[in-house]
Amino acid sequence: MWLLDIDLWREVISTLTKNVLRTVLTTLGVIFSIIILIMLLGSTTGMINGFSRVFAGKASNSLFVWGQTTSVPYNGFERGRRVKYEMDDITMLKSQVKEIEAIAPRIELGGFQQTVTVKRAGNTSGSRVFGDFASIDKINRKKIIEGRFINKNDINQSKKVCVIGLETYELLFKPGISAVGKEININNIYFTVVGVYEKNGDFDFDGENAVIIPFTAFQKSFNSGDRVDWMAILIDSKYTVAKAEGQIKELLKRKYDISPKDTRAIGSFDFSQIFTALSAFTTVLQGFAFFVGIFTMLAGVIAISNILLITVKERTKEIGVRRALGATPKIIKRQIILESIVLTTIAGVIGFIIAVGMLYYLNTEVAGKSDVPFVNPTVSMTQVVISFTLMTILSILIGLIPAKRAVKIKPIEALRED
Amino acid sequence: MIEIKNLHKSYKMGSNSLHVLKGIDFSVEEGELVAIMGSSGSGKSTLLNILGMLDELDEGSYDLDGVPIKNLNETKAANYRNKFLGFVFQSFNLINYKNAMENVALPLYYQKMVRKERQEKALKYLDQVGLKEWATHLPSELSGGQKQRVAIARAMVGEPKVLLADEPTGALDSKTSYEVMDLIQKINDKGNTILIVTHESDIADMCKRIVHLKDGVILEDKKVEQVRASEYV
Repeated sequence: MWLLDIDLWREVISTLTKNVLRTVLTTLGVIFSIIILIMLLGSTTGMINGFSRVFAGKASNSLFVWGQTTSVPYNGFERGRRVKYEMDDITMLKSQVKEIEAIAPRIELGGFQQTVTVKRAGNTSGSRVFGDFASIDKINRKKIIEGRFINKNDINQSKKVCVIGLETYELLFKPGISAVGKEININNIYFTVVGVYEKNGDFDFDGENAVIIPFTAFQKSFNSGDRVDWMAILIDSKYTVAKAEGQIKELLKRKYDISPKDTRAIGSFDFSQIFTALSAFTTVLQGFAFFVGIFTMLAGVIAISNILLITVKERTKEIGVRRALGATPKIIKRQIILESIVLTTIAGVIGFIIAVGMLYYLNTEVAGKSDVPFVNPTVSMTQVVISFTLMTILSILIGLIPAKRAVKIKPIEALRED
Repeated sequence: MIEIKNLHKSYKMGSNSLHVLKGIDFSVEEGELVAIMGSSGSGKSTLLNILGMLDELDEGSYDLDGVPIKNLNETKAANYRNKFLGFVFQSFNLINYKNAMENVALPLYYQKMVRKERQEKALKYLDQVGLKEWATHLPSELSGGQKQRVAIARAMVGEPKVLLADEPTGALDSKTSYEVMDLIQKINDKGNTILIVTHESDIADMCKRIVHLKDGVILEDKKVEQVRASEYV
C-alpha cells in the first residue's frame, strides 16, 4: 500500500514545510469553506431543533375537524345550515377509516374560545373549559408539572376531576400551595384538581389558562348531551393525513347531507402540513448549505491546486532529476496528489475545529433564549463524513491538474533549466 | 554494450528544423572509458541525452546491452534509466533538502528497495567515494567536489550498466576536477563502462578513448594512452 510509504510522506511533508507561510495562506480558502459549511449545517440543525421545541408535544400526523355552515344547497336543505357533530360520528369514523389511530372528540364550555368564570376561595379566573378524552394526550400532550392528566378511569366513571393550566393555577391558588386535591367551582359545580399542566413547547391551541375535565363528566355536568364541538384525530404514521382527511370529510358529508361540492361546511386543519412545510424548508436550507459549502470549497481547493502548480514549476529541475534517476510519471503524480490531499485535509480539520468552536459559542450565546427558535446547533456525523469525502474527492480531482503538469515536464527540459 | 547505427536527430525551431545529429555510428564495449568531445553545438549533449533515454532519436537504432531502445513510453524509459544507467551532471543536481545518504539512496527508492537496505547500500557507496562521515550533511554543507562525489555515488548505487557524465568537472576547479576524475578512473578500473561529455582536453586525456564530434558527425574516434589523474592529485 503506497499510502504507508514513509518516504513518500517525508517528501510530501518536506515540500509542504519548505514555505510554511505560503502553505498556511494557501489553506485559508479551504479552512473558510469548511467553517462556512459546518456553520450553515449546524445553524440549520439549530433551527430544526428550535422548531421541534416550538411544536413539542404535538403529533405531526394529526388533524382537527370542526363544523362550519353549509355553502351549497343540497338534498332539500338550504345553504347556511350549521354543521354539528355528535358522539355517533366518532364511532362511525373510527370503524370506517382504517387510517385513524386515535380520535379524541372535544367540547368547550360556552363554545369555541369562550372563557368561563372559575372560582376558588374568593379567587376567580376567566378560563376555557374543555371536555376531553384521555386520548387527547396522544395528539396534544401537556407537560404535567403536578399530579396527573385525566385517565380512562375518570372517563368511565364520569369523575368530577380536572386538570388546570399553570396560568389558571396562578389565578386561583396562592403560590406554593399544592392544587392537587383542592376543589374548584365551574358554574356552581365542583371539580377536584388532579393535575396542573404547562404548555409543552411554545405552540399550543389551548393555552395555559384552561381547565380540562373528563368528557363524560362534562356531558353530565353541563348537559351537553351527545354534542361534539370538534375532534382531534391522530392518523397512523403509515398513511398521509391528507388522504385520511378526504375520507373523513366524505363520510361526514354523506351523513349530514352536505353537498360533495361544499368546501366550507366542514372545517379542518391538517397539522402535518406545518411539519411538511417546515421539513421542506429545512431540507432546502441544508441543500443551500451544501451548495454554498461545495462551491466555496471548490474555490479553496482550486487555490491549493494553483499553489501546487507554482511549486511544480519551482521544482521543475528536481522533478527532472528524479525522472532521470528512474521516477515513473505515476510516482511523480502520486506525490503531488498526496500533497493536495494532505493540504486540503489539514485545512479541513482546522476549519472543522474552528467551526465546532464557533457553534459551541453560538449555542451558549443564542440558543436556549426562549424567543429564538434555535436550539443545540450541531452537525451530524453523516454530514461531517459527507463533507470530508467531498473535500477529499475534490482535492484529488483538482490535484490532478498540477500532477499532470508535473509529468508533462520532460526530464531533459527540466535538467536544462538552470 | 552500446550499439548505435545511423543516428539522426533534429529539433524543430518554429518553421525551421535544426539537424543536430547527422548519422552517427558508434559503439562502446564493456569496461571502456570514453570521452565525447566537441565545441558547443557539436551535438555531444544531444548524443548523451539520447544515450541516456532522456531524449528520443528520430532515425537509426540504439541497442543497450542487447536491448533495443525504441518506442519507450515514459514509464518504461524511467524503468530502463533506473536499471541500466547512472547519471552525473555538471551542476550536480542533488536534491537540496535531502542529506547525502538520502540523495544516494534515491535511485534505490525507485527500485522499490526497502528503506533499511537502501540506507545500508547508500552508505556503502558513500564510503567508496570517501564521504561516509558526510552522510547526514545536506548538499549546502558540502563543497563542489564533495557534491559531485555524492552525485557519482548516487549514479553508481543502482549498479548501472553504463555511467553517463555530462561535463562532470565543468563546475569544478582543476584540482577538484582531477580528484573527481581519479574517482571515475577507479570506478572504471573495476570494469564499469563510462561515457563522459567534456570540452576540456586534459579531462579527455584521462579517458581511454576520445570521440570528437563536429556539426553532428564523428570527426575522429581514437584510442589514447590514459593519463592517470592520481599523478596530479
